[in-house]
Amino acid sequence: MSQGFHLVVCGSIVPDPLQTLEPIQGAEGPALKNEMMLPAVLDPWAGHALYEAAHLAAATPDSKVWLVSLGPRAKLQQLMMTIAPKAAFELVALDGPAGGFTEAWETAEALAECIKTIPGLDRSRLLLFGGCASASRDAGVTMQMVGERLEISDQFLAVDELTPQENGTIRILERIEAGRYQVSECAGPPLVAAWATGRLPEPPNNAQLGMQNMRSIMPALQKAQPARVGAEGVEFLEVEVPKQRRNTRVVEDASVDEMAREIVEWIRK
Amino acid sequence: MENPAHVERQVLPVDIACVGFGPATGGFLSTLSRALADGDPAFESRAVPGMPLQVVCYERADDISFGVSGVATRAHGIRESFPDLDPAQIPMAHPVGHEKLVYLLDPLGTSRRSATLRGLDRTLRALRRILPLHDEALELPWIPGFMRKENGLLLSLGQFNAWVGAQLMGSGQVQVWPGMPVSEPLLEEGGVAGVRLVDQGLDAAGKPESGYMPGMDIRAALTVIGDGPVGAVGQRLDEHFGLPEGNLQRDWAVGMKMVVDLPEACVLPAGTVLHTIGYPEPEIFGFLYVYPNNTASLGIFLPSWLHSPVRASYRYLQHWMQHPYVWQHLDGGTMRSWGAKTLQESGRRGEPHLVGDGYARIGEGSGSTNVLTGSGVDEAWTTGTLLAEGVLELLAQKRPFTRENLEAAYVQRRRQSWVEKEGRVAEHARDGFQLGFVRGLLGMGLAGLTRGRLHLGGRPRRAREHVPTLAEYYRGRIPAAEIESIRETCASSGTPLHEALMERAGWPPVRYDGKLLVSHQDALLLGGKVQAPPGYANHVIFLDPSLCEGCQQRLCVGVCSGQAITPGDGCGVPQFDREKCVHCGACLWSCTQAREGDPERGNIAFRAGAGGLHSAEN
Repeated sequence: MSQGFHLVVCGSIVPDPLQTLEPIQGAEGPALKNEMMLPAVLDPWAGHALYEAAHLAAATPDSKVWLVSLGPRAKLQQLMMTIAPKAAFELVALDGPAGGFTEAWETAEALAECIKTIPGLDRSRLLLFGGCASASRDAGVTMQMVGERLEISDQFLAVDELTPQENGTIRILERIEAGRYQVSECAGPPLVAAWATGRLPEPPNNAQLGMQNMRSIMPALQKAQPARVGAEGVEFLEVEVPKQRRNTRVVEDASVDEMAREIVEWIRK
Repeated sequence: MENPAHVERQVLPVDIACVGFGPATGGFLSTLSRALADGDPAFESRAVPGMPLQVVCYERADDISFGVSGVATRAHGIRESFPDLDPAQIPMAHPVGHEKLVYLLDPLGTSRRSATLRGLDRTLRALRRILPLHDEALELPWIPGFMRKENGLLLSLGQFNAWVGAQLMGSGQVQVWPGMPVSEPLLEEGGVAGVRLVDQGLDAAGKPESGYMPGMDIRAALTVIGDGPVGAVGQRLDEHFGLPEGNLQRDWAVGMKMVVDLPEACVLPAGTVLHTIGYPEPEIFGFLYVYPNNTASLGIFLPSWLHSPVRASYRYLQHWMQHPYVWQHLDGGTMRSWGAKTLQESGRRGEPHLVGDGYARIGEGSGSTNVLTGSGVDEAWTTGTLLAEGVLELLAQKRPFTRENLEAAYVQRRRQSWVEKEGRVAEHARDGFQLGFVRGLLGMGLAGLTRGRLHLGGRPRRAREHVPTLAEYYRGRIPAAEIESIRETCASSGTPLHEALMERAGWPPVRYDGKLLVSHQDALLLGGKVQAPPGYANHVIFLDPSLCEGCQQRLCVGVCSGQAITPGDGCGVPQFDREKCVHCGACLWSCTQAREGDPERGNIAFRAGAGGLHSAEN
């Protein structure tokens, strides 16, 4: 391969799902209580995309990773402190709302317009990565719409593996229905890969990498352009977060067999 | 695979490296970052020429908001840093309102009470017509001034840390890195030259695996240690340099708490502060602070000087919650969060060497907690601000961070501060508890009312010097042979011994309601959200197996806040399960087996580790 990849990863924050998440009706629509104070994590799907991109860039000379992140600037900064030590990237920040109450097409529009303006980005070498269900309330449409706006026709949704071949083509393992995979081979960039879980574990924290990243992250945050995204014209009638269901009963002297039988029955239901 | 002891490590030079992000480091970085943002004078980095001062902070937990404490504080130091502080800007914060100090009688007759205390209880019950006694409790008509928190604040430490951290990171002057445990200080030439981050990609035993990444050496002109009472760096410094002549670190407590959605019918207004004494054991203090939106922080403190080998904190917490006086406010409530931490209760008497060449210590691990006023967060915060003032002075004068310079710039400031003056008053305030609960209370009162001139009691003792064996403790109540039988039954069934013994001694079983009264493991999962990222070695180590095999008390098992330490196979060395550890560190100071060559330390090493509690509301 004569030229490396230009990898653009779209990824932003989600509230840490382990915290107490309480939907409220805010002045500008639905929100989470104390949202700005809740710990935020990188959207897990986008996390897989970022780690796969960093791995690919490290293995492919002359490659570079940009992370395009749309979210409240203060929360993005908090997020960067947890992901900057894990992967080498250059941040491109957009200051705007992120969460479950924005419309995918507005988000896609803002991301696509931002990507078009990245200095030095060669769109003929572009691998556009993101999470398969990110920023879409699980509809899985955002990356597709970003790709369309960038006029990329090769799109792969729910990707678990992406392997450049010796001949310059790219082999892609993609989830399809019924727990099966589809193997595709495309001529090369540009393409869209919306990642499912990928194959890589979360990288360890590298303090030096974190410091190096921060030298470009802080200026990027300061330059973050406001992004007008939301859900104009959409009315949320009811909002609730997924709830853990828990029914505790105190049963004394139950045998192991009885407990096992009850668990099996519960699973069957 | 390389041996971690000899591996080559990457080196990262910075100017100031901080260890641990809590209130002390929050105070330090807040003061420092404001001056750096002011830019007059501008401080250039010596570590990275051409760059501004490089200030980094490494926090062990996965997020800066995962600290544990329900806080009632006078907030002197915090308000000095934020004169316009609006509690409404910090979730769960509220001005202190009505305060009550309550003596809880024993409604079950199972509490371990002395004859004096039983007599007191009988007298109180006899006088119930003329005393404000209700729900098996006496609301004391007067709270000593030294205990009052009037004009103060109620805080969730996790939310306060998050609020402080957001401002710090927004300033762009300092970097706070969560999820980065620090394993040890870099000890060089009689001083500290920085810190080493923990190795990653290890198995539980500490052997490198495929993703092995040696912890980086962070070299710094100044290392600021604010890693709390059981932090690995502070411990190592104490081992290496010892404590100043006459100082002791023998008083500890484990604080176990919950954040609770109070029932709708609860009438306690936000700002209410309840402090309790007397139950479930006389020495166990309790607290309940009411936050806005009908939530509350509540919990107990189980002290090291409890003259009992039964240390089942969680079980005690449940019995405390079910005391009629407390339960009237909680019945129908729901747990939101749960956690536990160690408190260093030696206070000023446990002060380590505050400075040395290249390092300074702040916060709870530096002996700032005031055990008379029951306050630690504001004191810790203030030590951080005092250090920052000293550091800025040295930076402006272009003087190095030597012991002498830090003594003049930081220690002298601290000696002249209210933290020191009040710490001196409190220094011997709790010594009376070595002699019993009633004398302990009298001693506290005496020390408080005489500004520390008078107190009761003697030197604090090590755990092994005063904690009886289970057979000794239950003599006359449970035969020794039955204790052994219960021990064997619990070992074979994997159930906690201390709870079984409590039930045998008369404590009733806890009827779980699935909301507030839940099993210990449910509290870990639902409340603490405990996490243990892969790739890190076990951080609790039993150093000499033969000492564990001969141990009768096994306090480490009973006191473990997360049930992460279990008896192990065949009554040998206890087993440690990292996935349940909440990093409270209670095992460290509860061990009754003296480490060879160091009688002040037990047979457990409590090292730096990742993960633990994962709730932002504690």
